[in-house]
Amino acid sequence: MNDRPALTRSNRMLLTTLEGVPGRKIVKHLGLVQGSTVRAKNIGRDITAGLKNIVGGELKGYTELLQEARQEATQRMMQEASKLGANAVINIRFATSSLTQGAAELFVYGTAVQID
Amino acid sequence: MDAFGIFLILLAIGFFAGSYVEKKHLEDLHDREYRTRQLKVVNIGAKTRIPEADRAKLFVGSVVVSSDYFKTFVAGWMNIFGGRISVFESLVDRGRREAMLRMKEDAMKWGARQIVNVRLETAELSGRNNSGVVSIEVIAYGTGVQ
Repeated sequence: MNDRPALTRSNRMLLTTLEGVPGRKIVKHLGLVQGSTVRAKNIGRDITAGLKNIVGGELKGYTELLQEARQEATQRMMQEASKLGANAVINIRFATSSLTQGAAELFVYGTAVQID
Repeated sequence: MDAFGIFLILLAIGFFAGSYVEKKHLEDLHDREYRTRQLKVVNIGAKTRIPEADRAKLFVGSVVVSSDYFKTFVAGWMNIFGGRISVFESLVDRGRREAMLRMKEDAMKWGARQIVNVRLETAELSGRNNSGVVSIEVIAYGTGVQ
């Protein structure tokens, strides 16, 4: 139970939506970290989405676009956390807002902590 | 007259293709929900301790769904009379179930026993010309524990 090779490697960042990391103890709170990105939809995707708006259903292009963007925002948050010397980010929350027509901001925030 | 003809054609395509897409999607959702039924999903966990958990990982599922031409038209009329817009109720419901399923399937691949502290969020992505077309993004995220 005590050897967790994947987690003990120092550069692995643990992300949870909980107020702690199950099975580990929080040593130090390092404060709020955040990452965000603003993305515009591109024309190619807009045309297919325009056609899709007639028949409805999932807009795969946008799903992928927002997934990539969210990953980037998470990546930025993790960078900020590792700069503070954290090895986990807890209580993560996501937020999306459409700024103007055609652009969306993806925002992720959490608390950087050090766990043992 | 021409414009009216195009409008009717689009409405018909929207109605028939839209219903077909929706029916297929609902069947698919039903199947996949049945397959992932063992995985427990709860939205407690932030303040409650989960003593049996040993490892944890963040899982995110997201989807963008769009209304069809027919639904948009009906909803436009409903805005005048008020009341329930049932065509959009089914749309957001589909989106939410799809997002939840994607999160669950990811977590199952990792070997999660349950997903705790799940949050659901909906965001509207307004169209470029703001023509009343509704496309929404639903995301579901939570912590999978082993």
